[in-house]
Amino acid sequence: MSAPINPFASKPSRSRSFEKVVLGVFRTATYIILCCGFFVFADILFKGVPTVANAFKTTASFPYVTNTFLFEAPETLYVFEKDGKKVEMGDGEYRTYREAEEAKAVAAGQPAPVFKASSYVYSAGGIWPCIVGTVLLVLGSMTIALSLGVCSAIYLNEYAKDGPVVRAIRLAILNLAGVPSIVFGLFGFGMFVIYFDWNVSLLAGWFTLAFMVLPVVITASEESLKAVPNGFRDGSLALGATKWQTIRKNVLPYALPGILTSSILGIARVAGETAPIMFTAAYVVRDKLPWDVEKASDFFFQGVMALPYHIYVVSSKIPQNEYTSRVQYGTAFVFLGIVALIATASIIFRNKLRSRYQW
Amino acid sequence: MVTAINRPTAAPMETSSATPASRAFQVPVRSTDAEKTPTLIEIENFDFYYGAKQALFDISLKLDDKRVTAFIGPSGCGKSTLLRCLNRMNDLIDGTSVKRGTVKIRDTDINTREVDPIELRKRVGMVFQKSNPFPKSIYENVVYGLRIQGETNKAKLDEIVEKSLRGAALWEEVKDRLHESGLSLSGGQQQRLCIARTIAVSPEVILMDEPCSALDPIATAKVEELINELKKDYTIIIVTHSMQQAARCSDKTAFFYMGKLIEYADTRTIFMNPANPQTEAYVSGRFG
Repeated sequence: MSAPINPFASKPSRSRSFEKVVLGVFRTATYIILCCGFFVFADILFKGVPTVANAFKTTASFPYVTNTFLFEAPETLYVFEKDGKKVEMGDGEYRTYREAEEAKAVAAGQPAPVFKASSYVYSAGGIWPCIVGTVLLVLGSMTIALSLGVCSAIYLNEYAKDGPVVRAIRLAILNLAGVPSIVFGLFGFGMFVIYFDWNVSLLAGWFTLAFMVLPVVITASEESLKAVPNGFRDGSLALGATKWQTIRKNVLPYALPGILTSSILGIARVAGETAPIMFTAAYVVRDKLPWDVEKASDFFFQGVMALPYHIYVVSSKIPQNEYTSRVQYGTAFVFLGIVALIATASIIFRNKLRSRYQW
Repeated sequence: MVTAINRPTAAPMETSSATPASRAFQVPVRSTDAEKTPTLIEIENFDFYYGAKQALFDISLKLDDKRVTAFIGPSGCGKSTLLRCLNRMNDLIDGTSVKRGTVKIRDTDINTREVDPIELRKRVGMVFQKSNPFPKSIYENVVYGLRIQGETNKAKLDEIVEKSLRGAALWEEVKDRLHESGLSLSGGQQQRLCIARTIAVSPEVILMDEPCSALDPIATAKVEELINELKKDYTIIIVTHSMQQAARCSDKTAFFYMGKLIEYADTRTIFMNPANPQTEAYVSGRFG
């Protein structure tokens, strides 16, 4: 006896095969993106990790180990031949070496030795001043952006009456988000550096970067304020709380996780932008670290080195050679690491807040 | 609704022989029915607008002190609007305005410049349709209003928490977990927590905007029982869609339709012997 006819058997048709094609397209697109991301990260990791890993060095005093790439300033690399071997030396090291050789020659009564070395700018040493500068830029600009942005979001969402004016403000803020970062850089240069006469300084960089992320912070803060149910506001007001008491005690705490999420995105952007700081805050090279200032107010009016700008300088502003890619990828790797670190810290903090106030 | 109807009441139950056959429920005669009480809230010729749209037309109403008054009527009839006028919660909505008439509480017109809505709301508490415990601990929920007023004495706060939760018939259920989130409670418990939060600031009046519409019959019965208890100390005004609820727990009932007050009388009269044919049609379930 033959098997009963299956009434639910699939019938091949054009729409069926089309379904498969569509699925294929979507899936391929997703995997292509995934591959791109993977290759970018893999490239930076493979080329960047050795730079950091090879820079560990033991020291005589506590903490006995240091990383010359992470914790030293950039130096010029000197490469020369000695006894048929290629020797690479950083700036300081090379200078002491030369003095020692000269002294040796004098002591032995020989003529002063001739040194022949090729020098490669910024290819030795490390990126410590850039790390410090980037962290300072992120902290300062996020503080400004968050305090201004949250205030403005509270005003727009809680106080301002919805009308043409508020809608126009909102639209303007959204448009601000679409302005290219180089335009913010130019604005910061004209406004803070020249008009306010702050020169190329931390302060100018902070404000320029803050203005750049403000639209993101405001929009996201407003969204998270909107997400707080109105019942909490009504309930609080019905108990005789004033508007600010209500916002302070019963709206803002619940909106904070969302606001922090937006600021995490902001951190990544602030840390990564080159254009806004290249006219306003970043130096190509600076010997002194930011806390090496004579008086406290100087702290705000000094330029700093920054990781993204350093990548830009070592990738396009100096002659390329076999030694530059070491610094380029090392810096990129450290940079990604720092952004990941700050973001992780903020995410952990946000999740802690979120679990405290759940509804 | 069996539990709710068979609940023991302090007042003697009496079935009226005059009940029209169309009623599916009875209205008990209460011992308080005959007593006269002073008027607490007096609404006179009150017109209220949302923007250009008139929501309330010429409402005049006297609400008794330490009694339960129910506002009934079909959706959109203005009963919630009137309720929200009593503690000026409508101020929070853009474009609302009082065009005519007064609302007087203890002979003070609450819509004048001299009245601070913040102070008013401390005296006239409100329980919302959707229970809205704050995402804080049960304890913090109850003391919220007091903390706002700057009370920091721990002993006093503890005392008020116990008193309020007992008052809201919730103490026995939550006394061991005061520091758990208020949102971990069941729907009915959440609503009673909101009532506890309201009575913690010791208001004179409690406004309830459909407090049981999201609750199951058992939780509803508990809240109604609570309302019966609370009216010893508070004046309660309750908006409800359930006519049984109005019949069970209110002393007086006002019927609204299309923003107008159609009839206001003793609950028994409204349900058993309404003067207005529209009221009769509504309470017998023929419309609305």
